[in-house]
Amino acid sequence: MLVSQQQKLQDEIRALAARHGRTRAALVPILQDLQVRYASVSDFAMQVVADEVGIHPAEVYGVVSFYAFLHSQPSGRFQIRLCQTISCDLAGKARVARQLENELGIRFGETTPDGRFSLEWASCLGMCDQGPALLVNDRVYTRVSAEQVHRIIDDCRKVFGAHAAQAAHAAHA
Amino acid sequence: MQPTSSKKTPLTFDTIAPGQGLAAALKKSRADIIGEVSASNLRGRGGAGFPTGTKWNLAAAAQGQDGGAKYVVCNADEGEPGTFKDRVLLLEYTDLVFEGMTIAARAIGATKGILYLRGEYVYMRPHLDGVLAARRTAGQLGANILGTTGFTFDIDIRMGAGAYVCGEETALIESLEGHRGEPRNRPPFPVNTGFLGQPTVVNNVETLASVSAILAKGAAWFRAIGTEKSAGFKLFSVSGDCGAPGVYEFPLGITVAALLEKVGGTGAKAVQIGGASGVCVPASEFGRRIAFEDLATGGSIIVFGQGRDMLHVAKNFMEFFVEESCGQCTPCRAGNAKLLEGIEMLERGACSSAYLRELLNLCETMQLASKCGLGQSSPNAFVSIVTHFQDEILGRTAAAH
Ligand SMILES: Cc1cc2nc3c(=O)[nH]c(=O)nc-3n(C[C@H](O)[C@H](O)[C@H](O)COP(=O)(O)O)c2cc1C
Ligand code: SF4
Ligand code: FES
Repeated sequence: MLVSQQQKLQDEIRALAARHGRTRAALVPILQDLQVRYASVSDFAMQVVADEVGIHPAEVYGVVSFYAFLHSQPSGRFQIRLCQTISCDLAGKARVARQLENELGIRFGETTPDGRFSLEWASCLGMCDQGPALLVNDRVYTRVSAEQVHRIIDDCRKVFGAHAAQAAHAAHA
Repeated sequence: MQPTSSKKTPLTFDTIAPGQGLAAALKKSRADIIGEVSASNLRGRGGAGFPTGTKWNLAAAAQGQDGGAKYVVCNADEGEPGTFKDRVLLLEYTDLVFEGMTIAARAIGATKGILYLRGEYVYMRPHLDGVLAARRTAGQLGANILGTTGFTFDIDIRMGAGAYVCGEETALIESLEGHRGEPRNRPPFPVNTGFLGQPTVVNNVETLASVSAILAKGAAWFRAIGTEKSAGFKLFSVSGDCGAPGVYEFPLGITVAALLEKVGGTGAKAVQIGGASGVCVPASEFGRRIAFEDLATGGSIIVFGQGRDMLHVAKNFMEFFVEESCGQCTPCRAGNAKLLEGIEMLERGACSSAYLRELLNLCETMQLASKCGLGQSSPNAFVSIVTHFQDEILGRTAAAH
């Protein structure tokens, strides 16, 4: 990572710590904000966080590795999480899963080479009466059929395109 | 593809005007608030069924360290497979939930509340933050609530991060304190030594909404519904093979058969009561009652139609537990993996009945020796499925399924 990027990340983590508090109880909220912004919590970020809340980096790693929604490895800009639990299973999650793999060209647990999509299994999402259910980042899709999978992914691609255009615009402005 | 409302019946909560319960509570002494909750016989709606009044009494009597704060935590981790009624309460009866937390705070002398919301429900944040802001503006949160001198209380929202075990109250507290969500030994209990070592009441979303209703309408009204040991109405999250899955309200004590009739599930082969950690009830036992004294549940009802392969069901539950065990203690960590292996042997038709008996012994060990409720209850579904559907799972051939 470039020194300037490191500096920026460090400043950002300090700002997060100032907001959430420099205590151990603030650890998970700080990590969650980093996860949202960077789609992972890097080794470097974990070190800075550890300094800020006054614990050993190994402790931070222990926490990151425990929670399914925190990642130490880069994950996709869009995290697709398909519920694998019983009611969605009965409702036909297997075919949705297969079609997700087909459309994205990756298996569960993998990220597309362009870094846009990660595919993961999730436990019950609390949408059991409307399964199969999946989450794309924080958005819920219910009663998903294999046939609808490509539309969900297209939606993401459009959002991504819009973001990229916005970012480019911001950079030029 | 967009979620729709899950509500399938009108709820008693529709008849409770927001604010009514809190106003009634603030006219009472603290002891009388707890007295009302105790007299209602309300038992925890999160699954374990602990009497709410008793829990509050313990927390009220407990002394905070160094005169520190006491806490009220609303458990909105809703991770039990097949459970989604708290989602409806959080989105459609939000004020009743926050009001219940405020009543609890008044009763035990807490100044801080935390709503622990599962990470999967992060899409609710704008709504929940908006309701909290409105309550502050209305003087229902903050200093001297509704003009009650010295009653100061506010609520923060903290997000879970994708761990079922964090619904267990001591793991939840560990998570709030910035640790891995690994359950603690109990005692000490959270009512004495909870968040940051301070007395803490942890209650389920529905329990807290029910408190608002009880204060509004009185303990006698609530106790008149349900059975003697299981007072009140209860929300049920119904999914699986039935005509109209969704959220229903029934009085506790309803039979499985009566429930199936209401949800369009008659003719079912079996029903899982209480989620992955609950038990699987075969059709021959549909006369049993859903109540703390018979089939206890946090409200998860999963219906299995005639064509379903019960071993496949058992396998799905066991995969869930292998995935979600925190791995802290051996009976649970190793036991669930061993049971899953056993299920795979059964699938291949390669399990002797002697080995199956060994697995059932292992289940008993797990139920007794696991550190928390996850490991203690993870064998339940397997045991009940093996017991009731033995001829379906032994001696399989590859072609059969
Ligand atoms: C593995 C495990 C998961 C749990 N998940 C939840 C949950 O998601 N929501 C909940 O209210 N209680 C859950 N509980 C029960 C809590 O530990 C606790 O008993 C409950 O929050 C107390 O509230 P109540 O008395 O109002 O039910 C869980 C228990 C275990 C062992
Ligand atoms: S029973 Fe399972 S989840 Fe509970 S503490 Fe032991 S390993 Fe962790
Ligand atoms: S089983 Fe899939 S959302 Fe509950």
